[in-house]
Amino acid sequence: MGLTGSQILLESLTLEGVDTVFGYPGGAVINIYDDLYESSINHVLTRHEQAAVHAADGYARCTGKVGVAIATSGPGATNTVTGIATAYMDSIPMVVITGQVPTPLIGNDAFQEADMCGITRPCTKHNFLVKDIRDLAKTIKEAFYIARTGRPGPVLIDLPKDIQVATHKFSYPDKVNLRGYKPTYSGNIRQIEKAAKMILAARKPVLYVGGGITLSGADDVLLKLAEQTQIPVTTTLMAMAAFPQRHPLALGMLGMHGTFSANMSVTECDLLIAVGSRFDDRVTGRIDSFAEKAKVIHVDIDPTSIGKNVGVDLPIVGDLKDVLGKLQGCLGKKAELVEDLVEATKEWRTMIDEWKERHPMTYRSSKSVIKPQYVIEKISELSDENAIVTTEVGQHQMWAAQFFTFRQPKTFLTSGGLGTMGFGLPSALGAQVAYPDRQVIDISGDGSFQMNSQELATLVQYNLPVKIVILNNNYLGMVRQWQQMFFEKRYSQTVMELPIDFIKLAEAYGATGLQATKVDDVESTIKQALEIPGPVLMNFKVSREENVLPMVPAGKAIHEMVLAS
Amino acid sequence: MKHTISVLVENEFGVLSRISGLFSGRGFNIESLSVAPTIDSALSRMTLVTRGDDQILEQITKQLNKLISTIKVVDFTDGEYIERELALIKVATDAESRAEALRIVDIFRAKVIDVTPKSYTIEITGAPAKINGILELLRPMGIKEVVRSGPVVIGRGAKGVVG
Ligand SMILES: Cc1ncc(C[n+]2csc(CCOP(=O)(O)OP(=O)(O)O)c2C)c(N)n1
Ligand SMILES: [Mg+2]
Repeated sequence: MGLTGSQILLESLTLEGVDTVFGYPGGAVINIYDDLYESSINHVLTRHEQAAVHAADGYARCTGKVGVAIATSGPGATNTVTGIATAYMDSIPMVVITGQVPTPLIGNDAFQEADMCGITRPCTKHNFLVKDIRDLAKTIKEAFYIARTGRPGPVLIDLPKDIQVATHKFSYPDKVNLRGYKPTYSGNIRQIEKAAKMILAARKPVLYVGGGITLSGADDVLLKLAEQTQIPVTTTLMAMAAFPQRHPLALGMLGMHGTFSANMSVTECDLLIAVGSRFDDRVTGRIDSFAEKAKVIHVDIDPTSIGKNVGVDLPIVGDLKDVLGKLQGCLGKKAELVEDLVEATKEWRTMIDEWKERHPMTYRSSKSVIKPQYVIEKISELSDENAIVTTEVGQHQMWAAQFFTFRQPKTFLTSGGLGTMGFGLPSALGAQVAYPDRQVIDISGDGSFQMNSQELATLVQYNLPVKIVILNNNYLGMVRQWQQMFFEKRYSQTVMELPIDFIKLAEAYGATGLQATKVDDVESTIKQALEIPGPVLMNFKVSREENVLPMVPAGKAIHEMVLAS
Repeated sequence: MKHTISVLVENEFGVLSRISGLFSGRGFNIESLSVAPTIDSALSRMTLVTRGDDQILEQITKQLNKLISTIKVVDFTDGEYIERELALIKVATDAESRAEALRIVDIFRAKVIDVTPKSYTIEITGAPAKINGILELLRPMGIKEVVRSGPVVIGRGAKGVVG
């Protein structure tokens, strides 16, 4: 007795440990949805396929599990592309299942046909078109394996309708055999010993940490290593929650909107230890001045990341947890030398502390108008230790990174690589599905919010108590800031001329809307929102032409910052 | 600098677009590309010629290796290898030039594989430089068409590149 393709799909998902999927139905997946009707798998119906993928992404980022999204062929499938590209740029483990027209019709410009393998080739880690029911179980096994191992990433399975209804005996393979895919997990011990030597010889070392640290689950090992060696830690946008930001060794974010101390430390250091980071241009500024005086150690599981943008003195390919663990072991055996290192780098840390004191992350506060930075500080203060924060993209995103004090890994979900407006609300939705009892807060801008505001419906339908914070400046603020600084204040198409009544919008969906126009309202509004059991939208009318500072103008070195006065 | 790279890939649907897409998407240059199944029909072997400095070549080989469908990547440039290309050349001939054309064919150990009163079609294999050489000599007669396969390469010695 066989199972249908769609039954094989659902059985396989269950065997992969998937209990929740996000999706949107249509003709080319109607069979899958028919089987979902009585399946134990929990399906969350978003209001847009892009949101389904972002939700699966948010779910994956905060749990470390593979997120799963389903969409129909054609427009449903093409709607997933931004979500997939977002996950790809940030290396998020995800499997996206799209329906496809029946195999005999492929290539005929059939109704709702789109070449999804062609379209997503450059933004997936791998993709599959299943052309034979006999390959289905094996394909799903491989898709999950590829998505979660090595450098994680999204994998698409394009599943034609005739394969969904065909039947075949179900047996799920327990192993995969991909001869072209063998990620290196174990770091070369000789290279690691060399790294230990370089660290012990350094006088001005800095750890430059990226999103890979969380993907590897190495946040704890990093903390131990930093404390053992007393090496200061600067984190990228993707890693803000990977290191406790109130730790004395924390330098905060580096790069275009990084802290003075982080950017100066990288500029002045004699050893840069890059772990799970990829020297993105928003981090490095002018590349030839980046860490100019330093020797560079680069640890990453993806060999293509190493030496791509910056020359490296010591490359180490491997899983960060393995490599940092071994490194710690190496150093542990040389306790005296480590003590010497800690002593010899005291001056360096004093210098950094002076930088921190001289130019802390700051803004000009106000009594008359709500400063967006102030709202973030208050949310940071009033939210739970394990609250999950998501963001959209723009000034509010940078302020969230700068002024929220992150304390636990996997609590900051933001689109770093692609910078996707519209990511925050659906990813918050996904995070809240994963953790119904934790606070989940979407920090949003008035522009970005409108890119996926339809997901208010999903929040209300599933009673997901996400708290939405709109830092409403009535501008596409980040673009406006560039126009102010580099285009003589010619605010071309960045003024949101139609002021939206966000409160009414929230209420139309059955959510609660709260408004704050005065500084004194900020705290009470946040407190009130956190107490309301359902989804709440908070509209903060903030000072309109506030700028994100410090800022490294494009083409400048990262120590050439425009600072907050 | 010019590099000749062999890529052993899964002989599966879409694999050529994965490779060519990688080159176009990342702005890598590709001068020629030839593909055919190997003795193991589950595998295809591609030979591609590209240009770039050391850093770009390092990225090209790493990125090729990163593709799930790629089994092996060999940059032959640093080692000893034999390179061969096939070209089919249609050249205009008349009573006056036919003897000269045949002499050239002879010197290059090429073959005439099709004849009409007004043309010869010539087959030649050899290193790309040799093909450039015969083209240079035939050019004054009037070349009507050239089809080149792009080079394929194999390492010298007893050791083979397999999956
Ligand atoms: C999908 C998408 N379109 C366009 C952009 C370019 N962009 C970056 S920030 C920004 C403005 C965002 O405005 P808003 O959400 O109001 O945030 P603010 O900067 O005002 O805080 C724009 C248009 C983008 N990042 N993503
Ligand atoms: Mg705005």
